[in-house]
Amino acid sequence: MAFVQNFPFMSIILSLFSGPLCSILSGRKAKWVNAAVIVIIGGMSAAVLGFVLGTGQEYVYTMGHFPAPWGNEIRVGVLEAVMAVFFCVIMLLCMLGGIREREEEIEDTKQNLYYIMVNLLLSSLLALIYTNDLFTAYVFVEINTISACGLIMIRQNGRTLVAATRYMIMSLLGSGLLLLGICFLYDLTGHLLMSNIREQVALIHANGSYHIPLLVAVGLMSVGIAIKSALYPFHSWLPDAYGYSSLSSASILSSLVSKGYIFLLVKIFYRVIGFDIVRDSKVINVLFVFGIVGMIMGSVSAIKESNIRRMISYSSIAQIGYIYMGFGLGTTAGIVASIYHIVSHAATKALLFVAASGITEVSGDSTDFFDLTGAGYRNKLSGIAFTVGSLSMVGIPVFSGFISKLLFAQAGVGVENTAKMLPTLIALAISTVLNAVYFMKTVIRLYTPEKKAVLEKKQFKQVKMTEEPAKSFALICFIVLNLFLGLSSEPIIRLIENGLNMFA
Amino acid sequence: MNLGNLFNNYGEAVAMILFGIGFSNLLLQKNLIKKIIGLNIMDTAMYLFLALKGFIGGRKAPIVTDGVQSVEAYINPIPSGLVLTGIVVSVSVTALMLSLTIRLYRRYHTLDLDEISTRLRKEGL
Repeated sequence: MAFVQNFPFMSIILSLFSGPLCSILSGRKAKWVNAAVIVIIGGMSAAVLGFVLGTGQEYVYTMGHFPAPWGNEIRVGVLEAVMAVFFCVIMLLCMLGGIREREEEIEDTKQNLYYIMVNLLLSSLLALIYTNDLFTAYVFVEINTISACGLIMIRQNGRTLVAATRYMIMSLLGSGLLLLGICFLYDLTGHLLMSNIREQVALIHANGSYHIPLLVAVGLMSVGIAIKSALYPFHSWLPDAYGYSSLSSASILSSLVSKGYIFLLVKIFYRVIGFDIVRDSKVINVLFVFGIVGMIMGSVSAIKESNIRRMISYSSIAQIGYIYMGFGLGTTAGIVASIYHIVSHAATKALLFVAASGITEVSGDSTDFFDLTGAGYRNKLSGIAFTVGSLSMVGIPVFSGFISKLLFAQAGVGVENTAKMLPTLIALAISTVLNAVYFMKTVIRLYTPEKKAVLEKKQFKQVKMTEEPAKSFALICFIVLNLFLGLSSEPIIRLIENGLNMFA
Repeated sequence: MNLGNLFNNYGEAVAMILFGIGFSNLLLQKNLIKKIIGLNIMDTAMYLFLALKGFIGGRKAPIVTDGVQSVEAYINPIPSGLVLTGIVVSVSVTALMLSLTIRLYRRYHTLDLDEISTRLRKEGL
């Protein structure tokens, strides 16, 4: 066995143990430990990606001394490695972008606690990506929830406390359903390892027995994860949680936490149940409908919102709707589009959150839409970054959002079931127009010069790029990442397809 | 539909009813403490379900005391292990929820989440 093959396990353990280590360090040192851990894990994941691409096949890493049906396993393919690298990059940039806000908003004595949460979050995300065991996945889903809740409530005011409580309640409902689904599957198949469950499920399906329990299990797990990742009717916790928490928390939550759950759902569909059986079970049709409703309703709520942070949060609901619509199409092309959208949305939404904080900073820390007039002139880089993010969300060519919309449209046209083709295309068109309404409205507001009298009265400050090097660096990286995803999407799409082939 | 199955597996049916009670409490109750009680009922129902899945009539818990090593003598230990893990998860989540409740109560002197939200909106925070 090559040494590189140990890296997935090591990266989970490294981030898991660096959490407790941060608890005895001072805030400053914890910050460096955290950054180093993310960089090291990113490097290790890149090495794993190189290794898997080199051998061209997945590998299974046995945990402990017990072989397959009893022991616990890690499974690494191309898609897992791509996701791990990408999550590390986004997390590092989110942490960089929010340094100043973190240090202002969190009490000095609690600084190090923030890094514990981030390290635990990273380890749970990695475990969700790599694990081959359903019950382990459930345990790490809970760790993910707890650390995400910590990230929301560490900025102490009434809003974040209520948001954290609502988030916990909805997440617990979701994980209750997920656990019930897993128990049903265990009951039916007698296994907890994904590959073993899949064999048994295929047998059960071929026999035609236990049709309803299997349907119930798939349904429970899908709904549980849909609640946790804020699919449309279950989104009530999201705007407050993203809108009032600290900047790094908001961008990490929107771009990584919900995506981790969705990736787990992809794994459940492909590796646990088998995608054909999921398609036959009609559960995806429900996801399809709610995805489409979410695409429209999320954007409508965003148009009505005047707080810019909450507006970006509502836009997340619409984007989650896109991802579930891709699942609902029931074709591999749809899943590829969804996974590409996971990547592109993570890159864009984090960019928007960081840029929005730069914009509000030069508008007297007000998040109100009308106070932002002319902010694009006062903080040039944030203005440009926000424009890039908006254009990408709307789906203008050159930016990453365009590619994902193109993939969704292609997948929609390629669907055999024509009843799904028209709703997909119409929803895409309407949602794009709605996206354009609220994002372009904000961009125009940013570049409308403010009256001199108002400027003198309100004493808005100007911020240059060099004043906050960390944030500027993060913003530039995000812009480059966005352009990269938009301009050279071909190799990434091929990686995703390659990874999905390994899944099946 | 065969109702006989429902009566033969009455334990599982009770577990599902309890799960429903806990779930709706967690979702619908206004009082935070009652929500947490709902959460615990929901989790306990899961443990009951798992324990029933591992149980085989007439066999003992898989702890070797009298030298019997045959597999036939013991129940399936894996669901019991899952229950233990589940308890750990549930304890930590409950602790987190309770600490959040204490924070909210100290600030607003009420346990009603909706009332806190309305008050927040009035304050315009």
